[in-house]
Amino acid sequence: MKDRIKETTGRWYKEVYEKSVADPRRKERRENFESGSGIPIKPLYTPVDLEGKDYEEQLGFPGEFPFTRGVQPTMYRGRFWTMRQYAGFASAEESNKRYKMLLGSGQTGLSVAFDLPTQIGYDSDNELSAGEVGKVGVAIDSLADMETLFDGIPLDKVSTSMTINAPAAVLLAMYIAVGEKHGVSSKELDGTIQNDLLKEYAARGTYIYPPQPSMRLITDIFAYCKDNVPKWNTISISGYHIREAGSTAVQEVAFTLADGIAYVEAAIKAGLDVDDFAPRLSFFFNSHNDFLEEIAKFRAARRLWAKIMKDRFGAKNPRSLMLRFHTQTGGCTLTAQQPDNNVVRVTLQALAAVLGGTQSLHTNSRDEALALPTEDSVRIALRTQQIIAYESGVCDTVDPLAGSYYLESLCDKIEEQAADYIKRIDEIGGAVRAIEQGFIQREIEDSAYKYQMSIESGDRTVVGLNKFQIKETAPKGLLKVDEAVGRAQCEKIKAVKARRDNAAVKAALKDLETAAKGTDNLMPPILAAVKQYATLGEICDVMRDVFGEYKPTGM
Amino acid sequence: MDRKIRVLVAKPGLDGHDRGAKVVARALRDAGMEVIYTGLRQTPEQIVSAAIQEDVDCVALSILSGAHNHLFPKVVDLLKEKGADDVLVVGGGVIPDEDIPGLVAKGVAAVFTPGTPTTKTAEYIRENIKRK
Repeated sequence: MKDRIKETTGRWYKEVYEKSVADPRRKERRENFESGSGIPIKPLYTPVDLEGKDYEEQLGFPGEFPFTRGVQPTMYRGRFWTMRQYAGFASAEESNKRYKMLLGSGQTGLSVAFDLPTQIGYDSDNELSAGEVGKVGVAIDSLADMETLFDGIPLDKVSTSMTINAPAAVLLAMYIAVGEKHGVSSKELDGTIQNDLLKEYAARGTYIYPPQPSMRLITDIFAYCKDNVPKWNTISISGYHIREAGSTAVQEVAFTLADGIAYVEAAIKAGLDVDDFAPRLSFFFNSHNDFLEEIAKFRAARRLWAKIMKDRFGAKNPRSLMLRFHTQTGGCTLTAQQPDNNVVRVTLQALAAVLGGTQSLHTNSRDEALALPTEDSVRIALRTQQIIAYESGVCDTVDPLAGSYYLESLCDKIEEQAADYIKRIDEIGGAVRAIEQGFIQREIEDSAYKYQMSIESGDRTVVGLNKFQIKETAPKGLLKVDEAVGRAQCEKIKAVKARRDNAAVKAALKDLETAAKGTDNLMPPILAAVKQYATLGEICDVMRDVFGEYKPTGM
Repeated sequence: MDRKIRVLVAKPGLDGHDRGAKVVARALRDAGMEVIYTGLRQTPEQIVSAAIQEDVDCVALSILSGAHNHLFPKVVDLLKEKGADDVLVVGGGVIPDEDIPGLVAKGVAAVFTPGTPTTKTAEYIRENIKRK
């Protein structure tokens, strides 16, 4: 059978295809076609391209190793992915209002964006926070702000994802403390902290401490949550920002899984059993423009991670082998030109994520290349997901594109090339070393530069940007964060410091210092300090004094 | 020209998005300029001191966090204070159009928003540097 197809495929190329392209009227648009990752694309894929590949080995069945077809047996026939819009700006009061609007519109989970001072562990009244308070997310200085942020939101019903890394332990502790005040035990809390420092050094930039103490904080969280917050996703190992920084799809898979390997190794080294923490690891990917390559990427990542966990780490629990992931559509693909076109880009990217089997999804808003999204834009973005879920029909069978000759062939290539990269990173000594040496950063920078140059040369078309331009007027009605937010936050800190028990705060911070200098788990003293209304900056400063700060090497 | 144009590409504030800054740095280098990139999280003081120490003709600032109205003018003012107001200051990033006139009035020579070809930035710098 295969031999016959091989023969007939060869005949088709020779007798039909080559003759056709020789005709000037049917000449192909380009000399070479390749995917966004530079994988060459042939004119046609047939069963020949999947020769020697065993169905059960490569694809298997949903909910079973190697999970190529999805992590759950029923996928979206059971329930749709969690629709989770990343939101947060200005004050806790403003953000709380936006969350209630989103939940009221049918969103099924929250995703908190923090401002940069919060993400870097500075209080709003720190000199370095000037101009940044409340700008890219909500400002949280103490438990008091967190209480306002989740006021009236049922923490036992809503899952909350928090994009927080270096101070992840502090924000998780605040969430636990708010839960207690609502009468919700930490055992019931459901959500995710990003808590992925390696990609901060490589691509995103909100690091505080050097790699070693950062890895300790991360593994302390793994250990603490296993017993105390068992439903919590303790890390979201993120390729999203690696991709936003300019990597290709293959690099996104490779560097993300290499980071994942480093976390697993660190946790094992810290004395944890792989099956005790691996089921709580989660991932976060980008969904970019190259539709089929993106679908293939998600499926390849799932297969590769399952193999790594099984073969390299000997994980036994099937849940340890599952790559569960959140997706966000590609922010860097949005154009400031003709911004309404972004709705279409986001639709394609979101569809790719769904066809790739995502567990949750954020769809970007059309105006994000210009400013923070307005309420109208956010609603359209959420509606995009709902239309895919309820109207498109793609959710009614599991992994509907499996078996496509091209898609499966792409999936194999991505897995192969990502595995090669991981091998190179292993040879360097792992992801931490590769980042310290700048290897990962350089690879990303090279791809980013190539991408930009391909746009400028016109080789890559971006509709409305380098082709099909129109004369445009400045967009109106963009969201602006009032500068008064910064001043109001400073007043709030003053008020909190005046009414708390300052002796108890001092004692709690002293306990944290002692733990940081020793080897005890850092979560309990952080939680104790948070409950006394120690500020985020105070807590992070204690650890800054003990751990020092990360200083990157220049370019 | 006997001396290459020297540019300091800088990231003021806490913003970690430096894809644009790095791409611009490399493109300016490819356009024949000498480029120094500061890295992330530089205060206006650090940027101005680097600009003076490196004797640059242009400071190119990049911000995507929304703190531009606070931080861009601070760099301009500090340069003036140190007697280095002959250094051309340009900016880039996610900057709403309506903020641009205010920034220009405060001494930022030009602001390049998303979608600007790097060649345009290079050309602008070449034509507008004040120290020849």
